[in-house]
Amino acid sequence: MPEIRVTPLGAGQDVGRSCILVSIAGKNVMLDCGMHMGFSDDVSPPDGRLTCAASSSHFHLDHCGALPYFSEMVGYDGPIYMTHPTQAICPILLEDYRKIAVDKKGEANFFTSQMIKDCMKKVVAVHLHQTVQVDDELEIKAYYAGHVLGAAMFQIKVGSESVVYTGDYNMTPDRHLGAAWIDKCRPNLLITESTYATTIRDSKRCRERDFLKKVHETVERGGKVLIPVFALGRAQELCILLETFWERMNLKVPIYFSTGLTEKANHYYKLFITWTNQKIRKTFVQRNMFEFKHIKAFDRAFCCPWAPSPSTSGGHVVFATPGMLHAGQSLQIFRKWAGNEKNMVIMPGYCVQGTVGHKILSGQRKLEMEGRQVLEVKMQVEYMSFSAHADAKGIMQLVGQAEPESVLLVHGEAKKMEFLKQKIEQEFRVDCYMPANGETVVLPTSPSIPGGISLGLLKREMAQGLLPEAKRPRLLHGTLIMKDSNFRLVSSEQALKELGLAEHQLRFTCRVHLHDTRKEQETAMRVYSHLKSILKDHCVQHLPDGSVTVESILIQAAAPSEDPATKVLLVSWTYQDEELGSYLTSLLKKGLPQAPS
Amino acid sequence: MAAHLKKRVYEEFSKVVQQPQEEIATKKLRLTKPSKSAALHIDLCKATSPADALQYLLQFARKPVEAESVEGVVRILLEHYYKENDPSVRLKIASLLGLLSKTAGFSPDCIMDDAINILQNEKSHQVLAQLLDTLLAIGTKLPENQAVQMRLVDVACKHLTDTSHGVRNKCLQLLGNLGSLEKSVTKDAEGLAARDVQKIIGDYFSDQDPRVRTAAIKAMLQLHERGLKLHQTIYNQACKLLSDDYEQVRSAAVQLIWVVSQLYPESIVPIPSSNEEIRLVDDAFGKICHMVSDGSWVVRVQAAKLLVSYTLFNEQRLTLLPGKRTAHERAKELYSSGEFSSGRKWGDDAPKEEVDTGAVNLIESGACGAFVHGLEDEMYEVRIAAVEALCMLAQSSPSFAEKCLDFLVDMFNDEIEEVRLQSIHTMRKISNNITLREDQLDTVLAVLEDSSRDIREALHELLCCTNVSTKEGIHLALVELLKNLAKYPTDRDSIWKCLKFLGSRHPTLVLPLVPELLSTHPFFDTAEPDMDDPAYIAVLVLIFNAAKTCPTMPALFSDHTFRHYAYLRDSLSHLVPALRLPGRKLVSSAVSPNITPQEDPSQQFLQQSLERVYSLQHLDPQGAQELLEFTIRDLQRLGELQSELAGVADFSAAYLRCQLLLIKALQEKLWNVAAPLYLRQSDLASAAAKQIMEETYKMEFMYSGVENKQVVIIHHMRLQAKALQLIVTARTTRGVDPLFGMCEKFLQEVDFFQRCFIADLPHMQDSFVDKLLDLMPRLMTSKPAEVVKILQTMLRQSTFLHLPLPEQIHKASATIIEPAGESDNPLRFTSGLVVALDVDATLEHVQDPQSTVKVQVCQVLYPDGQAQMIHPKPADFRNPGPGRHRLITQVYLSHTAWTEPCQVEVRLLLAYNSNARIPKFSWIEGGEVSPQVETSIEGTIPFSKPVKVYIMPKPARR
Repeated sequence: MPEIRVTPLGAGQDVGRSCILVSIAGKNVMLDCGMHMGFSDDVSPPDGRLTCAASSSHFHLDHCGALPYFSEMVGYDGPIYMTHPTQAICPILLEDYRKIAVDKKGEANFFTSQMIKDCMKKVVAVHLHQTVQVDDELEIKAYYAGHVLGAAMFQIKVGSESVVYTGDYNMTPDRHLGAAWIDKCRPNLLITESTYATTIRDSKRCRERDFLKKVHETVERGGKVLIPVFALGRAQELCILLETFWERMNLKVPIYFSTGLTEKANHYYKLFITWTNQKIRKTFVQRNMFEFKHIKAFDRAFCCPWAPSPSTSGGHVVFATPGMLHAGQSLQIFRKWAGNEKNMVIMPGYCVQGTVGHKILSGQRKLEMEGRQVLEVKMQVEYMSFSAHADAKGIMQLVGQAEPESVLLVHGEAKKMEFLKQKIEQEFRVDCYMPANGETVVLPTSPSIPGGISLGLLKREMAQGLLPEAKRPRLLHGTLIMKDSNFRLVSSEQALKELGLAEHQLRFTCRVHLHDTRKEQETAMRVYSHLKSILKDHCVQHLPDGSVTVESILIQAAAPSEDPATKVLLVSWTYQDEELGSYLTSLLKKGLPQAPS
Repeated sequence: MAAHLKKRVYEEFSKVVQQPQEEIATKKLRLTKPSKSAALHIDLCKATSPADALQYLLQFARKPVEAESVEGVVRILLEHYYKENDPSVRLKIASLLGLLSKTAGFSPDCIMDDAINILQNEKSHQVLAQLLDTLLAIGTKLPENQAVQMRLVDVACKHLTDTSHGVRNKCLQLLGNLGSLEKSVTKDAEGLAARDVQKIIGDYFSDQDPRVRTAAIKAMLQLHERGLKLHQTIYNQACKLLSDDYEQVRSAAVQLIWVVSQLYPESIVPIPSSNEEIRLVDDAFGKICHMVSDGSWVVRVQAAKLLVSYTLFNEQRLTLLPGKRTAHERAKELYSSGEFSSGRKWGDDAPKEEVDTGAVNLIESGACGAFVHGLEDEMYEVRIAAVEALCMLAQSSPSFAEKCLDFLVDMFNDEIEEVRLQSIHTMRKISNNITLREDQLDTVLAVLEDSSRDIREALHELLCCTNVSTKEGIHLALVELLKNLAKYPTDRDSIWKCLKFLGSRHPTLVLPLVPELLSTHPFFDTAEPDMDDPAYIAVLVLIFNAAKTCPTMPALFSDHTFRHYAYLRDSLSHLVPALRLPGRKLVSSAVSPNITPQEDPSQQFLQQSLERVYSLQHLDPQGAQELLEFTIRDLQRLGELQSELAGVADFSAAYLRCQLLLIKALQEKLWNVAAPLYLRQSDLASAAAKQIMEETYKMEFMYSGVENKQVVIIHHMRLQAKALQLIVTARTTRGVDPLFGMCEKFLQEVDFFQRCFIADLPHMQDSFVDKLLDLMPRLMTSKPAEVVKILQTMLRQSTFLHLPLPEQIHKASATIIEPAGESDNPLRFTSGLVVALDVDATLEHVQDPQSTVKVQVCQVLYPDGQAQMIHPKPADFRNPGPGRHRLITQVYLSHTAWTEPCQVEVRLLLAYNSNARIPKFSWIEGGEVSPQVETSIEGTIPFSKPVKVYIMPKPARR
């Protein structure tokens, strides 16, 4: 039985490192190869056995963070598929990640810069909606996914079996990206993220307005606003939002962006205009929206605890990485500003359990930091869902658009998944799975197998009957030849010829006892006339040697020596005439009608 | 001589369809007609290869064919068709047949048999499709012929089983255009069973080719458009098509569902997956709402657009039928059930207890979310459609208007300007129903800083008619408007106007603000503000307009305020109302506004004075002249006094003036004097004729709301003027040669008049043209001198036609706001280079200013008499309100160097082209009507005061 096997190695009932193994028609594909933000445990990506291809949906580290490790240290040597923006931006982030891990945390056994470069050499860039043949059977196709620049959904297809992996996606367009879109590809399985499985967000514009209002108010009071973001993705959206607002309101308060890598990445944002939304695409000729006027690079000295902070001069806004306040600059700035109630931190996205971001959002006011310090949080903590993940409605919408046979949820919390699973099963009447990490889902499939039919056979069939009708099945005699995994339906003669076989005649014979005292010839005569009267549209013949033929069926009458009163009719027919033959025997078994004489 | 004239006239007529090189002599004319097909025949026979033949056919197709020779051409084409082996040539012939059968005046039933005949033997699918298209053209040409239609439907049905989608498409199109439900009663249709066209088309809803499915739906819609009632069973079929794989199918299916739901709104359909039943109209509404979140934006736009008309209809019904659960309510219940979290707060998205798993059907009932979806859509086309839908719905239901306000206000921050503008306009339309909350006002006012002028002005318009609830709101609005004024001084007029309305709408809210606004102090005198400060004027405009209905307010004014009032009342009288100030006399306006038109004495006066003119016929010429003079004077005065009657009064006065001129001209002595002597006096008559012409053009094109009735009369008057001109010329010129041309032209005009207004001729008993047409055969054959004589007598005998007054008539007018023409500083620029002059003007009552029929022209008149015409681009016109247009454009000036600065005049002209009424000759393929006819301007009427601009082209420095 053909089947699709899915094993999440990461992101099974969990938000974080995504890594999903799919084996479809004997091909193994790894989807995403991420690392976890919150923990740095030793659960490593799998070794490269059997994997034909790895594809990365977008450049967030929880989707591509472990790629160099996987390809260089584990030894995977196949192609890696990404979209062009991902290919461009991914190495910047990996390098940054490496620096933090090695330089700051002093981790050994980490991949090197060279490894990142080598890894990127294995990347094959794909365009949207371009079908890439990985090998003879396996093909990959990317769809637009919103979320971040270059995010893509991947369709993996072998023959008629297919799996769609969404990665992270967004069904509502935002200030810089469009909405995810997929055609009605009807995959066997749709693997979708489910970060916001239980949320239906209200209008995006409200959120934007609230955000701007809060920032504006705080800044006017002279407070400082910290917005922890991931270097790329949301950051750009919020930048555009603030930038346009600043321009409109004619504000002079400075906005800083904390990391250097943003400039590099912004360069790519300016470049990949085709991946952005309608507005930016249409207006970039006049002005590229990613050329910010109000947003400046952040001076690193500001966040050192001993430096005279610019804060004395009044309010400002700082974007700092990383987004979950678990390390790096954003955490440093947070520690520095946390004590002042005039300040504000706005968490624009999701926070994984265990991060500082998660703690302060769940209401903790006293945080234990490294070195047994206790940090009291007096600043205002706000949550603004700017996360570009699809909400429950969006997920349902995508399922509706793609019309899969079954759905598999990943990248979400188990409890919420459970809820969405029920909803999906109710609404679409499809199976829905939510495996945990390491758990394998086996999905039996019934792939359709294409077969050829010889023209001769088809024409012969056509000549016999009317044109085939779409809705009515028709019976057709032929021989199915399976040769080098392809199927052909040919006429039996041709099959014999091709296979070099001689034809075997298969004859059925049957004896029918008749009570008849007359001579054999007369019995034969009677049989003949009887059959002639019944089988009007068949050719019934009486041969000179006393036997009767109906089409190709031979009937002979014989008198067994022991009992002259009974005659034995020998009926013989070939396999092809089975239908008529058995009908004749049953007819003859009923006996002959009494002769008029 | 007369015969010669006649021939010339004929020649002129046939010129329209004649190729220029063939009009050398009259005799050739008749010969060329049959030779048209002959030439084609020769060409086709000459053709050695299919490519050649194709070339000949293409050339042939570029020229028009007269109705008489169509049949011959068709025969030749058919003959060649049978011989031709190349499908591309056959295709071209087939398409030519279709085009030819569309020729006006040709009845195509004679080629139908042949077309059907060749159809049966045709093998190429493309040619088949083209032939069916030809049949469609034939069928639509003969809408009354039942038998033909039946036969064509039959042919279409036969070819429906074709394997090519193109052929099936055309068949369905044919069925949609010609198929009917009625059983044929005519005898000739015997043997052809009446088919159930709907069922046949419906079967192709499940065709394997999406293009055919689309064509089937389109055919069904076509049937509906032709007035056939669609079966209700189609609804279910169409619903299935909503989940089709192809967007064009879905898009068409949405339309079909909409149509069916309008036909059977009250029938009940079951809701799948529950026992409930729902009205079809609600079900369809839900389905269309669902399509607003479709995967393809084409479908989304379509659905959102349908929602516009839909919601209106639906809501009206809902108010009539209380007690039924509507789609809205169902959806609202779903959301208020609280199963899903809104995601606004952190941590509230933990799954709650399931409420009722059976009832919640997230996607299907998403009607409520449709707007949210549409407004948040990726494509701005969808967002605009959604805003429109919101607008329509809010206009019909005040309660909904209140609710959708937040959404609309949110849309003010859209990233695309068009959407912002649209939502501001929408808000203005519904603003009578709503009162803005302070936070909403805040958001609205924030948009005042927008850098786009259109947005700001739209917002000013919106603020003009907004209701504000608190005095803080007024204050906020004023502060923001002043900020706006400081930032963009060009908005001055618009802001003042806005504050005028804001003040007069909210007198009680302004009252407590007055001391603060005027910065008066209870004990100390404050400094007198600068009277020329636009911001101060803005504040005063607000206060004075509020004070109009708030008598206690003037008590709060300080002395200089009163002085400023007097000044502003004089200088900006349109913004500052008359106030009842202590110690001053109020100049009350003469007429109280609440008199109905019938009782209105001025209306009565107008009627009476016009009726007086009816008796004109019975008066002697002298009396008639006097009467007309009186009446014209009265009407003019009335127009000045009563602005709402100005249009009618001016219009009638203009007509009467024409009549007066005509009478005066005919009274001239010159008619009685022998020819050589009146050369001097004839000036008056010809001047009168010229003036009448001018007046009639003005009447025709400068008034909006002129109906066909009036146009006839106007044209009639012009015809009389032309006749007068002809007579005068005949009398003053010696020799007959120039007269020929004029006579011909005049007769042509008469003919043209007859063709255009044939329907109105019965109303024109005893008129000039009536008599003229009676004598037409005689005129055609007469010599010019005779013609003139006849015309002269007829002009004198003809009766005066009454001008029926149209319901609404307004004179077009234009005011140039900018350049103001006050500046003493010349606009300096280097000679030979261009300088851009910003022109800003408001146009009132101008019909479609962008369109080519009437083009507004900016004219720049240089001191040396040189004039330059500028056609503004269509995009330069804005339409801020009904009947009003705004022209904001740039005029590029250039000149050689001058020694000193000088003034140029800028004015607006109204261009007209009276020939635009001629039906166009559109046989030529591709619809390319010769462009020079389309854009030609016959003349222009100046309709704004000229503004002088001081310019100084400097010599270029080397």
